[in-house]
Amino acid sequence: MYEFNYHKPASLDEIANLLAANDEAKLLAGGMTLLPTLKQRLARPSDLIDLAAITSLRGITDAGDAIVIGAMTRHAEVNRSPVVKQGLPALAAMAGMIGDPAVRNRGTIGGSISNNDPAADYPSALVALNATVHTTKREIAADNFFTGMFETALEPAEIVTAVRFPKLQIANYQKFRNPASRYAIVGVFVARFPNAVRVAVTGAGPVVFRVPEMEAALTQNFSPDAIKDITIKEDGLNSDIHASAEYRAHLVGVMARRAVAACG
Amino acid sequence: MQKTVSLTVNGRPVSATVEGRTLLVQLLREQLGLTGTHVGCDTSQCGACVVHVDGEAVKSCTLLALQAEGRSVLTIEGVATGDTLHPMQEAFRNNHALQCGFCTPGMVMSALDLVKNNPNPTEREVREYLEGNLCRCTGYHTIVLAILEGAAVMRGEAPPANVHGAAAE
Ligand SMILES: Cc1cc2nc3c(=O)[nH]c(=O)nc-3n(C[C@H](O)[C@H](O)[C@H](O)COP(=O)(O)OP(=O)(O)OC[C@H]3O[C@@H](n4cnc5c(N)ncnc54)[C@H](O)[C@@H]3O)c2cc1C
Ligand code: FES
Ligand code: FES
Repeated sequence: MYEFNYHKPASLDEIANLLAANDEAKLLAGGMTLLPTLKQRLARPSDLIDLAAITSLRGITDAGDAIVIGAMTRHAEVNRSPVVKQGLPALAAMAGMIGDPAVRNRGTIGGSISNNDPAADYPSALVALNATVHTTKREIAADNFFTGMFETALEPAEIVTAVRFPKLQIANYQKFRNPASRYAIVGVFVARFPNAVRVAVTGAGPVVFRVPEMEAALTQNFSPDAIKDITIKEDGLNSDIHASAEYRAHLVGVMARRAVAACG
Repeated sequence: MQKTVSLTVNGRPVSATVEGRTLLVQLLREQLGLTGTHVGCDTSQCGACVVHVDGEAVKSCTLLALQAEGRSVLTIEGVATGDTLHPMQEAFRNNHALQCGFCTPGMVMSALDLVKNNPNPTEREVREYLEGNLCRCTGYHTIVLAILEGAAVMRGEAPPANVHGAAAE
């Protein structure tokens, strides 16, 4: 790792000022992506600004028909939270599938979505559940937040503060894991709202995407059979040593049907 | 940039001068001489470096020493009581749950984290909890038996039959 200056400011204003004054500075949340990247010398920030002292970024709030999860809330906390288990059980289950227990004890929702790894799990949950990302500057609908591979709508010096999810009982996430890294080769999150169904896919493409044909078919008839003939084009999908684009395209259909079946 | 970090390690207050980039595992091994915590990979995947920070299992190769400021760290050296092994360590010994022993400190620390959250785990739950701990030698079978035995003893129950069909001493 290259050397850097470490800061742990006590307020968000102080952090915003540090970031605004220095383009070479980077935020540090759980460090589960950033520190491995620095260890491989793939990045060389001059300063790391730890969000750990900002207590307002932590915790899970029951907001009636929604659940608000602070950016610094760790995957293990989402997985074990009674509020999430009760109001949005599919999200609690998804958080329990991320990495391994030690990763879940450090990694945060804010870090995961800001990083926007094409194989990360949370982006599919935010998009399928039509969540809203709260930042130090504005609110951004999940559909507009994830803009490309490792790219988001965040501006320089903009900090994710929380994510707001609607409560929903009928939803499920199915993940075909890479057994070595534990990231998704393909993950499909299906959410059934009273008037619509949303289907979001991670791992398959450069960035999370929805499948409108499946959403329309499932809105008519919420059953695995309703989508059995819908095929996904392999053009533009990821292809690597783990899986070809063709295989990933096939897996989208399989995982989507499993998710619908698991909704019961 | 040199900074002072103060934390508690195995119950003792400790202060040290570190750089921003100093990892917790480097502080433990190179500055405090606690070499029981191992480094097996450079990719945060193998779990040989697992320690507890404020009672939770974390990978000490993926935490800056400065992030542990004011926290309480437990390493494998702090698990036994004097010369008496902790029941989980004893269960590893009793079940031949190690060959080269490189993964063992991380395995024991992860096992203790599991039992804290789930005192009576099933075999499947043990296997799932070890997802972040890699062992190159044992094939995991005896490690899983050891953790089931250690958990039983920690619950105050008689240990189940071990890998040799014999009850623990
Ligand atoms: C072994 C291993 C296995 C893993 N498996 C999975 C998996 O199966 N699925 C999965 O989804 N992920 C997986 N991860 C990644 C893990 O979920 C990370 O926790 C996550 O990607 C990053 O979160 P973090 O809190 O650690 O962020 P950090 O690593 O601290 O930060 C990541 C990036 O986000 C920025 N950032 C952090 N917080 C904010 C904020 N509030 N506002 C703006 N920018 C911010 C940082 O500057 C940095 O660029 C794995 C990681 C490891 C090491
Ligand atoms: S050395 Fe920490 S996970 Fe491998
Ligand atoms: S005993 Fe050798 S790596 Fe596990």
